[in-house]
Amino acid sequence: MDNNILHINNGGCVKVADIPVLAYDSFRTLTIELMGDKARHCASYFAYPCGDGLRLMMCIADDNAHDILVFACDVEKGAKLESAAKDILALERYEREIHENWGLEFEGHPWYKPVRNFFPDKYEFFKMEGEELHEVGVGPVHAGVIEPGHFRFICNGEDVLHLEIQLGWQHRGTERLMLEKKRLIERVLLAEGVAGDTAVSHSTAFAGVWESLCGYTPDKSVLWARTLAAELERMANHTGDLGAICGDVAYQLGAAVYGRLRTPIVNFSQRWCGNRLGKGNVRPAYAPYAFTEELRQQLLSDLAAYERDFLEMCDKVQHFPSVLSRLERTGVVSKEQAESIGAVGMAAKCAGVSRDIRASHPYGLYAGLVEPVVKTTGDVLARTELRIDEVKQSLRIVRALLEDMPEFDGKMQSAGTPKADSFAISLTEGWRGEICHCAVTDAEGELAAYKIKDPSFHNWMALALAVRGNEISDFPICNKSFNLSYCGHDL
Amino acid sequence: MFDNLKIFFHQGKQFIPDVRTAKAPGVFRGRPVISTEKVDEQAFADLCPSGAIGTAPVSIDLGKCLFCGECERCFPQKVHFTDDTHLATNVRERLIIREGEDKPIEIDKDAIRPEIRKIFRHSLKLRQVSAGGDGSCEAELNATGNVQFDLGRYGIEFAASPRHADGVLVTGPISANMAKALELTYEACPEPRIIVLDGTDAISGGMYAGSSDLDRSFLDNHQVDLYIPGNPAHPLTVINGVLDLTRKK
Repeated sequence: MDNNILHINNGGCVKVADIPVLAYDSFRTLTIELMGDKARHCASYFAYPCGDGLRLMMCIADDNAHDILVFACDVEKGAKLESAAKDILALERYEREIHENWGLEFEGHPWYKPVRNFFPDKYEFFKMEGEELHEVGVGPVHAGVIEPGHFRFICNGEDVLHLEIQLGWQHRGTERLMLEKKRLIERVLLAEGVAGDTAVSHSTAFAGVWESLCGYTPDKSVLWARTLAAELERMANHTGDLGAICGDVAYQLGAAVYGRLRTPIVNFSQRWCGNRLGKGNVRPAYAPYAFTEELRQQLLSDLAAYERDFLEMCDKVQHFPSVLSRLERTGVVSKEQAESIGAVGMAAKCAGVSRDIRASHPYGLYAGLVEPVVKTTGDVLARTELRIDEVKQSLRIVRALLEDMPEFDGKMQSAGTPKADSFAISLTEGWRGEICHCAVTDAEGELAAYKIKDPSFHNWMALALAVRGNEISDFPICNKSFNLSYCGHDL
Repeated sequence: MFDNLKIFFHQGKQFIPDVRTAKAPGVFRGRPVISTEKVDEQAFADLCPSGAIGTAPVSIDLGKCLFCGECERCFPQKVHFTDDTHLATNVRERLIIREGEDKPIEIDKDAIRPEIRKIFRHSLKLRQVSAGGDGSCEAELNATGNVQFDLGRYGIEFAASPRHADGVLVTGPISANMAKALELTYEACPEPRIIVLDGTDAISGGMYAGSSDLDRSFLDNHQVDLYIPGNPAHPLTVINGVLDLTRKK
């Protein structure tokens, strides 16, 4: 079996010719066999044109061995293949995506619904018949200032029996543009725009792929800056989400306090790199904005003020019966569900699945720095408390980093040019969860394929499962507790 | 009860007293100033990932600029991004900054439709539509409502339904899949209604300009009342832009 798998590390780059190419039957069997181990999950599965046909590329992350298992399969265009998703549910969206992008058929797939190419006038939503049942359609334009998606509930009275989520509204062709735009700065900006609230982690994943394709090793100051920026991004988003969760249960003080506590973190990002969301702070090969002693002092004092108010507010929220009663046992995702759908990040960690790339496949300066926060109840309260605990953890990481500040030379650097016929993969743990970028180069060293996976690609299914059996009035709080990305999914 | 009061008291005064004159802290890449120094214009223009830089004379179109700072990094003597957050205007051409210019970007009073200042000067409700937006403009719009920026103090709010709104505020480059929903949302707003484009992606398509997955025909068919550049637009840029449009200084 081992001859059929190439083991690579996070941020690794290999020759495409070294990746084992299997016949589809063995490819499928091997995938199912490997995915049977709960310590493994699919980090990316995609197709790209290769010769006259298509090549399927499977990347399975192994949390115990801390590496990524890669193998491939060549198929003809329009081929009819036996679905692997009927055995391993976590692959279902990948197969739908490959079908939609490249026209391959996966026979026996449990539900062939569109991923992004969605025509609202023609599409037939899932239906249930019954005199007692009614449907509620929400979106694509929602009541709040958020991105578009369509939610179709089937309810019995107030209770949700089924939720179908239809995305694709945000699709703007990011992966295609990655290949069309040839300049590095264009591609960096596309990576930042995959999900603007996760700009740092997505551009770090891009930089990881690019540097490894070029065979460039960035120096410690660059990794230090990326690690710090990613933790600030996590703190800012978690804090904002806590405010939104309080807002959704009508706890105004919590909404106001957490809402305003996000500001010092994003403002610090602006002081450092000129952008509140960290856009521009990560570039391949160098750290564009030097971190100075003055910034260090500023951040330490900002964090001290932040921590005091944050902890006081958390203490109240975690002991406030009228808030807790809305959060506890609402929107539960079980461990079995999280494992079967291949959930990552917060959705997995709250259901007792310890899945955190910072710990399992460390990158940047994360090695040995993170012990994943894991909750077991899988409800909205778990996702609230996880955020609180992760903010506390990020505070510790940031302070540890500030103790060991490297020198910045601030000079522009180039990583060089990508190697020909190579494959690179880079995983990062954004605040929502695992981000995966993969690239394949052709004989000239140009990008032949670029695949982006946002954690939301896995986790939207978790939301659909979480609301089953809940009152429809609890949907906003469930949705907010996941706060998934529409644009990251739609690309 | 007492815990809540204690927390309330501990926050101190958070609101920004005067949003009109407030500065963004630290470095902010706002309105650029381009010097008249001679540089290789083509090399300078070729740096820009979104085609915002024009030549002869050298100019930066803030409707296309993604504020990545690449041009300033490579040609610090030629361009400097100031901390001026007042970037919004109602005339598209005013977003183009030419070399040697250093004057504030302003609203053209004469180009404002007369009903806007008559009807919306004390109260304005906007329906936000994200059409391919990357979530960053949306995050900053939500920040305009927090206790610091407190957009609500001016009677300006985001409405849940287009039926309750005085217009739409669009974020994102307008994906083809959202084109119809945007049109329907706009049509659902009672007249008179305005259109605000928030963020560079909305104004020009940004990095996605020309992508076959966009459908920007909405903008060909309707008049835009306010352009707010940014990647994402800073809350101060948004608030001051909307105030400048709807009321006298």
